[in-house]
Amino acid sequence: MANEGVNHGRRRFLTATTAVVGGVGAITAAVPFLKYWEPSAKAKLAGAPVTQDISKLEMGQMLITEWRGSPIFIVRRTKEQLAVLPSLDAQLRDPKSENTAQQPAFAQNEFRSHKEHPELLVLVGVCTHLGCSPKYVGELTPEPFDPNWKGGFFCPCHKSRYDMSGRVFQGVPAPANLPVPPYRVVSDTQIVIGVNPEGAA
Amino acid sequence: MAGIPQTPYKPSNKVLAWVEDRLPIGGFLSSHTSGYYAPKNFNLWYYFGSLALLVLVNQILTGIFLTMNYKPGAATAFDSVEFIMRDVDWGWLIRYMHEIGASMFFIVVYLHMFRGLMYGSFKKPRELVWILGMLIYLTLMAEAFMGYVLPWGQMSFWGAKVIISLFGTIPFIGDHLVQWIMGDYIPGDATVNRFFALHVIALPLVLLLLVVLHLAALHEVGSNNPDGVDIKARKDANGLPIDGIPFHPYYTVKDLFGAGFFLMICAFFLFFEPTVGGIFLEHDNFIEANRLVTPEHIKPVWYFTPYYAMLRVVPSYFGTAIWGVLVMFGAIVMLFLVPWLDKSPVKSIRYRGWMTRTALAVLVVCFVWLAKIGSGPGTDPSEVIIGRLLTILYYGVFVLMPIYSRIDATKPVPDRVTTHD
Amino acid sequence: MIKHTMTKFGLIVLTAALAVGTASAEEGEGLLASNSSVGNIAGLQRGAQTFFNYCSGCHSLKYMRYSRIAEDLNLSEEMVTKNLIFTDAKIGETALATIKAKDAENWFGKAPPDLSLEARAKSPDWIYTYLKSFYVDPSRPVGWNNTLFPGASMPNVLWELQGVQTSELAAAKPGEDAHIEKLVLSKPGKLSPQQYDETIRDLSSFLQYVGEPAALKREAVGVWVVLFLAFFTFIAWLLKTEYWKDVH
Repeated sequence: MANEGVNHGRRRFLTATTAVVGGVGAITAAVPFLKYWEPSAKAKLAGAPVTQDISKLEMGQMLITEWRGSPIFIVRRTKEQLAVLPSLDAQLRDPKSENTAQQPAFAQNEFRSHKEHPELLVLVGVCTHLGCSPKYVGELTPEPFDPNWKGGFFCPCHKSRYDMSGRVFQGVPAPANLPVPPYRVVSDTQIVIGVNPEGAA
Repeated sequence: MAGIPQTPYKPSNKVLAWVEDRLPIGGFLSSHTSGYYAPKNFNLWYYFGSLALLVLVNQILTGIFLTMNYKPGAATAFDSVEFIMRDVDWGWLIRYMHEIGASMFFIVVYLHMFRGLMYGSFKKPRELVWILGMLIYLTLMAEAFMGYVLPWGQMSFWGAKVIISLFGTIPFIGDHLVQWIMGDYIPGDATVNRFFALHVIALPLVLLLLVVLHLAALHEVGSNNPDGVDIKARKDANGLPIDGIPFHPYYTVKDLFGAGFFLMICAFFLFFEPTVGGIFLEHDNFIEANRLVTPEHIKPVWYFTPYYAMLRVVPSYFGTAIWGVLVMFGAIVMLFLVPWLDKSPVKSIRYRGWMTRTALAVLVVCFVWLAKIGSGPGTDPSEVIIGRLLTILYYGVFVLMPIYSRIDATKPVPDRVTTHD
Repeated sequence: MIKHTMTKFGLIVLTAALAVGTASAEEGEGLLASNSSVGNIAGLQRGAQTFFNYCSGCHSLKYMRYSRIAEDLNLSEEMVTKNLIFTDAKIGETALATIKAKDAENWFGKAPPDLSLEARAKSPDWIYTYLKSFYVDPSRPVGWNNTLFPGASMPNVLWELQGVQTSELAAAKPGEDAHIEKLVLSKPGKLSPQQYDETIRDLSSFLQYVGEPAALKREAVGVWVVLFLAFFTFIAWLLKTEYWKDVH
C-alpha cells in the first residue's frame, strides 16, 4: 500500500476526536453501572425515618428502637441527671461537642438535645470505639468502673464511658461522643428519627 | 500467523520493557493485531465476528451486574427480576442490555455462520476453526436456554419442561435422565439454582475458552476472504502478503465503525421496543411460573424456533417420539460435517455455479420459514406438511452436498483478490 | 456499494424473510384499540385514581411502590397517601390489596390476580377490551360474564360508570348453540359511552405504566443515546475512511 501522501496530521486529529467521543460515550455508559450500586428503593424504604411513640417513657428510663440498622437510645433524663452535666466538662474529651460529625447542628450544646426539649436524649447506641452497644447506667451511684459515677453509658467491650449526654470521657479507648441522629420532636408523645427539624440544619 | 515475518516488539517505556522481558504480552498482542495480516477485501459479511465478541463482552458485563441483585430460586427469582427493573437504579437498562444482547448474539452468530458457508471459510485448512465455531454455537444455545429459565416466568418454566422432557425419549435411561437434569420431578427450585450456576460460571468459562481457541486456530492459518483466494500465495519482498493488510489499524478502525452502527441498532431496539414485539422477550414471561397453568402457546425464543419446528413435525413411531429429537439434533450435526460434505475445489460462492447458490438460498429459506412455523401453534395440518417438506429440503442441502458440490460448474478463481488496483 | 449479486440476493432474501416474520408477530386478534399512552401524565393520574378506587380492593400491584407513583406522576406524597392509599401502608411500600386471598377464593372461586404486569403479559388493548366486554349473565355465580374472557370470576365493578350491558344472540344454526353477536347498553351508567371509554383508556394507560415504570424515562434517554451513537459512528467512519485511503 502507498505511504506517500499520508496526511498524518489529519490522522492524528481524527484518531484523537474518535478517542474523545468514544471516551465520553464510555464514561456516560459507565454511569448507570455505578448508580446501580446505590441503595435500592427497597433499601431506602428500610432506611426511612422511624416514628417512635414516647408517651410511655418515664423519667430516667431508656427505650431502644432501630434506625438504618443501628440501635437508637431514647432517654427521658431527670433533673438530677441534667444538673450534674456541667460539672463533668473537665473530664471529657469533647465537652462542647466540637466534633460536628457526631451530631446535627441543633444538638451542639451541653445537653446535646433540642432546646425546646432538653430532657430528651436521642443517641445512636453504637460505641465510637469498635461498635459495641453500650449499657445505660442512669443511676448517680458509684459503679465498679467509676466510684464517682454521675450517670451515663458504659461499654462492656473495652470499658469506654460516656456521660448522660453521650459525651465521651478522657482516658477511654473511644475517640468521640456517641452520635446524635437527626430527629424531630413531633409532639409530646412522638418523635421521628431520621429527619431534621423543619428549616433547621 | 504462520509464515509471516513479525516485527519484534520493543517498548521504550522501562516498566513495559521489564514486563516484556519476563512475559511477552506486548509482543503477543502486537503479533495478533499489527502483525496479523488479513485480506484487504473484507466486505459487509466480515463485521460479524468482531460484533460477536462485542456482544459477548456485553453479556458478561451486564450479566455480572444482574447477578448482584438476581436471587436464584423458584420463590425469589421472578420477584428479584422485577426488583431490578423497578427498585434498583438503572436496573431496567442493565436487564434490557442483557436481554437485547442475547438475541443480538444469535443474529450476529447466524450471519457470521452464513458468511462461512458462503465463502467456504470452513474448507481446508480452516476445518478446525469451523468445528470450534460450531462448538461455540452449541454452547451458546445451552447458555441461552438456561439463561431464559432464570427469570422463572411461565415461558421459562414450560420451555424448560418441554426441552428437558426431550431427553426422556432416550431409551432405558430417559426418565431417570430427565429427573437427574431437573433435580426434581418437574422443573423447580433445584433446577433454576443449578441452571444459575451453569449459566453464570460454567458455560461462560467454556465459551471464553472456545472463543480463544477459535481465534487462535484462525490466526494460525489466516483469514479467508470473499474471493476465497489464498493471500499467502503472493508475498512481497518483505515476505508479507501483497493482498494483506495489518489487522491493526485497518480492521480495528473498520470494526470500530461497524460497532458504532451495530450499537445504534441495538439502542433503537432497547430504548424504543425492548421486547421487540414479544419476539426477544415473550409476553408470557411476565407471568410468574405456574406449574398448574399451561400457557396457550409454548414456544422457545426465536433463535430456537427452526429446530423446534422440526421437532414438532416429525411424528412418533413405535411408541417413541425420539425421531423428532434425532432430526432436531441431526440438523445441527449436519452443520458440523460441512467441511467434509463439501467437495468443491473452489471456496467462495462467487466462483461456484447455480447448484451451490440455489442450495444456500434453499437453506436460508428453509431455516427462516421453519422459524416462522416454530413460533406458531403448530396445529395447522397444511403447515405441518410444509414443515416436513422444509425439513427434508434442509437435510437435502447437506446430504446432497457431496454430489452437487462436485458436479457444480465453477469459474476460474483469480490469482489475487478482486478489489486491488 | 454492494457489488456482488450474490450478496444483494442474499440480503434481499433475508430481509424479506425477516419482514414476513416480524409483521405477523404482533397481532391485535380482535382487540379494540385502547389508544393508551404513558406519555400523558394527567391521564395516568386519572387512571391511578380509577384503579385505587375501584380495583385495589381486590387486585394488588405488589411490585408498585406508592412513592414511585408519586414521583413519576408528579403527585405529592401527601396527595397519594390521602387519595390513593386505602390501607395502612406507608408511602414507600407497595400496593397490596385489602382482600385476603383465601376469602377471595371462597367468594369468587379464584383469587384476583396481581395486576403489576398484566399490561405486559396481555397488553393495554386487552385490558381495555376486557373492561368493555362485561355483560349480565344470570347463569354465572357473580351474575356477570365477559365476551373476551368467558367464564371470568370477576364481577363488573365499573358497571356504575359504564351502565349495564346485555348480550344479543345471533340466530342459532341447527345443532349449534347460539353465540353472542353483540353487546348492547340496556341501562346507561353515570358516564356517557365516550366518557367511559376515556376512563378505561386512562386506566389501561395507568396499568401500562405500572407494568414498566421505566418506560417514562426509557424513550427520553434513548433519543440521546441513538443520537450520540449516530454521531460517534460518523466520526468513526471518517477515521476509517482516512486510514483506508492507504488500501488499494
